[in-house]
Amino acid sequence: MNTPFASKTERAATSPVLEAVGICKAFPGVQALSHVSVRLYPGEILAVVGENGAGKSTLMKILAGVLQPDSGQIFLDGRPVHFRSVQEAQSHGIALIHQELNLVPQLDVAANIFLGREPTCAGPLRWLSSDIYNQAAIYTRDLGLQIPLTIPVKHLPVGQQQLVEIAKALSLSSRILIMDEPTSSLTQRESERLFEIIRRLSRQGVSIIYISHRLREVEQIADRVTVLRDGRNAGELQRGQIHHEAMVRLMVGRELRQFYHREFAQTSDNRVLVRVSDLRLHPGQRQPIHFSLRHGEIVGLAGLMGSGRTRLVETLFGIRPKLTGQIYLDGEPLSIRSPRDAIRAGIYLVPEDRKQHGLILSDSVRHNISLSSLRELSRYRFIDWRREKDLAQRLVQQLAIRTPHLDQPVGLLSGGNQQKTVLARWLARQPRWLLLDEPTRGIDVNAKSEIYALIDALVQQGVAILFVSSEMEEILGLCDRVLVMHQGELAGELPRTQMSEEAIMRLATGGAKLP
Amino acid sequence: MKKLLGLFVFFLLLYGLPILITFEPPERSFHYHLARDIGYYGVLTLGAGVLIISGGIDLSMGSVVGLTATLLPMLLVRVSEDSLLQQLAALLAVLAVGMFIGLLHGLLVTKLRLQPFVVTLCGLFIYRGLARWISGEQVMGLGNQFAPLKGFLYADPVGPLPRFFVIFLILAMLVGIFLHATVYGRYLFAIGGNERAARFAGIAVDRYKILAYVICSVLSAFAGILYVMQHNSALPSNTGNFYELYAIAAAVLGGCSLRGGEGTVPGMVLGTAIIWLLERLTLMLGIRSELLSTVVGAFLLAGVILEEILRRFQAEPRSE
Repeated sequence: MNTPFASKTERAATSPVLEAVGICKAFPGVQALSHVSVRLYPGEILAVVGENGAGKSTLMKILAGVLQPDSGQIFLDGRPVHFRSVQEAQSHGIALIHQELNLVPQLDVAANIFLGREPTCAGPLRWLSSDIYNQAAIYTRDLGLQIPLTIPVKHLPVGQQQLVEIAKALSLSSRILIMDEPTSSLTQRESERLFEIIRRLSRQGVSIIYISHRLREVEQIADRVTVLRDGRNAGELQRGQIHHEAMVRLMVGRELRQFYHREFAQTSDNRVLVRVSDLRLHPGQRQPIHFSLRHGEIVGLAGLMGSGRTRLVETLFGIRPKLTGQIYLDGEPLSIRSPRDAIRAGIYLVPEDRKQHGLILSDSVRHNISLSSLRELSRYRFIDWRREKDLAQRLVQQLAIRTPHLDQPVGLLSGGNQQKTVLARWLARQPRWLLLDEPTRGIDVNAKSEIYALIDALVQQGVAILFVSSEMEEILGLCDRVLVMHQGELAGELPRTQMSEEAIMRLATGGAKLP
Repeated sequence: MKKLLGLFVFFLLLYGLPILITFEPPERSFHYHLARDIGYYGVLTLGAGVLIISGGIDLSMGSVVGLTATLLPMLLVRVSEDSLLQQLAALLAVLAVGMFIGLLHGLLVTKLRLQPFVVTLCGLFIYRGLARWISGEQVMGLGNQFAPLKGFLYADPVGPLPRFFVIFLILAMLVGIFLHATVYGRYLFAIGGNERAARFAGIAVDRYKILAYVICSVLSAFAGILYVMQHNSALPSNTGNFYELYAIAAAVLGGCSLRGGEGTVPGMVLGTAIIWLLERLTLMLGIRSELLSTVVGAFLLAGVILEEILRRFQAEPRSE
């Protein structure tokens, strides 16, 4: 990373630092990659985009030595290389930073940076040397980080943990950093901080491969974009061509029309369905939360990461206890102390983290769909297997869940189909109020539009939906109104006519509502 | 399914081994004692299996066997030999002790969020000590009394089959129906598979986890009763030692994952059968009985290694 490189304008003349040619990789039942090629120039920020299942992660794992290709060749500085392990790739200066970070939470920052390569004192006993902090400081200073080196990383916010990973990669003298969805759990500010650092690294000559679903970020940061579709190269965009629409077009291979499918048909029934009054989630809250939803209304719940949106929906669903407050459904006061109470009333939550909270991953699609309806599907608590199967069959068809059969473990499905399975569990019952917490996070474009269509169909039946999303376009495209949270408080509400990215961000960042 | 079939074939191969080696079928008592042992230890495997499926573990099972086996003779000598009702009350009292212990474990694990391993490890020490204390370290026996009771639960064969084996098959059927056909069983699988997701799906997680602990401890107490029926007495410091480990081993061999959420009753039956067949074979083939646990451990380890190899083999990418 210390080699001075040519400036960006001269780069066209330089040769790629890393090049993969004709990479193929198959897994049982799928051809994950077929003849994919990719080039990376010194100091370049290359974004790799594509739908889920397009093969991005597989390609990155091959470049970083996690997986070996079935065929194809990787060149480093023009010389062919074979990485049989992550260590080998690392020794050639390639580091992969995973979505899930690889830090030891209990160890401090310096210890994490030098994990496995701890500086030791001279002598046969190899005592750990306190010089580790001075050495760690070299790398954190390089990144312009101001993090205390002596505190356990578990006490750091996720954004800083990610920077520790980067410092670790640099300490391995990496000159190629592969980052897989680095901003998926960062706040806006943390993301921007990360971009600054990425740009800085790129100026220092480090090449970066950046994978993201967030196309706005790609617009912001990428020098060049490679698009993958169904395990093949689908196109490439140079600086100046990198636009949201252009990327989406290459990703899906067709123009997206009416992506946010919403009829906004005014239903005749616009009575209030849900009223939440005087809700207090935690003792530090200054203002109690009040809001209501009408039949067939989609109300967005916007806010930055950590603003309390998930806490609010989990409290409404009875996962967390509330301090005060009352929920009325059709004018009836409800007593919700557990998810069971909420479910009995027809209030269902699609949780933010579908793998941790939504699904029994090792269990079948069938069992996951029927899980909350077992009592209705049973006689004297004996499960009626035929009715269970019929129900699962019906919902798999209705939601177009792509699974080889009903007994497929749900963990083997793609993200979009997993999310549809969570939704199917609630559609098996008659929903009245759906709480959707980031329902389209990390799922591909097609599954997204299917979920939007489903939401639209539900509201036309009079279901009310509280829709938590960090994707501004989604909120603007789908919602009748939006509630905005800021630091655990309900900061304001915007009707559709006043909804704009700026107005929402203003409230979400603690600014006042525009007059 | 494949795994069950594999276990079954393995059992048959082992079962045929004596003929291959000695060229003559084993004596009738070989089969009878094998069936009796499978029946006895199978009761414990069922308890361990149900709990493991729900994501729990119980290390105190052997101590519960010891405590209840010590308690039963103490209660029985106080009741009339002629009153079946009083004897039944004594049995129920012993089962109630098991229920209470299970309830205690369940409450500590769910309400105080203690680790099951630690809670039941403490139980292992506590119940063993209690057994020795209440008995004053004396062997507790029934003498030659209560013949009808012993006949009903142990001594009288059902056709060619030992009582224990028949009792075990009935219990296995009941537990099988409970686990695989009822709502509650399905909840236990869901909780073991992903406890938080089960909660988000509206399952009263704590209630069913407690239920699993109760089932396990009640079955342990029942095994304590059966022990007294067979051996006529219990040695407070010794009875039931290591039984939980045999039960857990059998459940794991039969396909219960210690991560929870996986397992079948037929698997538990086969797991128990294989372990106790191994025991009979070591005796019969003249392998020193001290080596029994080594043989069991080695086979279990081989089974786990084989499973891992098969799993990797299946995960290998196929060319297209």
